[in-house]
Amino acid sequence: MSMFHRQAGHYVAVFAVDEVRVLRKVASEVVGLLTDGFDHTDPVVGRLFPAVYPQDAPGTAEFRRYTEGDLKTAKIDQAGAILAALPDEAGGEVRLDAEAAEAWLRALNDARLAMGVRLEIKDGTDLGEELDDAVAEDPGSSRVFQLSVYAYLGYLQESLLNALID
Amino acid sequence: MGGMAAPQVAPVETPDTDEVPASDRQWVTIVWDDPVNLMTYVTWVFQKLFGYSRERAEQLMLDVHHKGRAVVSTGARERMEHDASQLHAYGLWATVDRS
Repeated sequence: MSMFHRQAGHYVAVFAVDEVRVLRKVASEVVGLLTDGFDHTDPVVGRLFPAVYPQDAPGTAEFRRYTEGDLKTAKIDQAGAILAALPDEAGGEVRLDAEAAEAWLRALNDARLAMGVRLEIKDGTDLGEELDDAVAEDPGSSRVFQLSVYAYLGYLQESLLNALID
Repeated sequence: MGGMAAPQVAPVETPDTDEVPASDRQWVTIVWDDPVNLMTYVTWVFQKLFGYSRERAEQLMLDVHHKGRAVVSTGARERMEHDASQLHAYGLWATVDRS
């Protein structure tokens, strides 16, 4: 697995071809979620665009009228920052300036939030245990793949954050 | 609202509240705990958005984590809505309420 490190004011990681494919897939899925059939009743959309006044639906609707367009654009742009920086087909180096690094952090977080909702990650969920259980049930299942990707994105986000904070 | 915990902000003792115009009354931005966001990321967002020191940001993050929520900013309603929308851009679960 790749880790980001700081190099002359940039944040650099070398990705294997499988990592590039996974990142392209999850970033594209976030863009898809925010463009095709954007739906507030989808729990993932509900988590990415929380009700600002949980007890006040009209107040929340009013807030959304003014802010949601910009927020959606920002989220699409940050997922786009991942797609833009990835090497084309094979693996290779990703080199981010500070602005792109922050966009990646937010986009990785959006992707993890979306996957976390679908995977029903709860407080105190032990990812290792979840993965063991899923593997025991069916090593080839989509849940095994999704849990692995979710864990990978967390690892990658943490490595980028550490490189940024250091 | 389903299983979602409702914000329960204790009313603050401010006897002179009646003299303050409603528009100037204090509002708060609240960040709620969620099982996905990394603790280091939440701390970083608080520093980034509010300019809080590492210590203050970490304490707020721990409040969110242990108490389920924390007030991260206080002020006029429009300002709090701005803060909440910024926090949403970073993927934090933020709401606005009267203080």
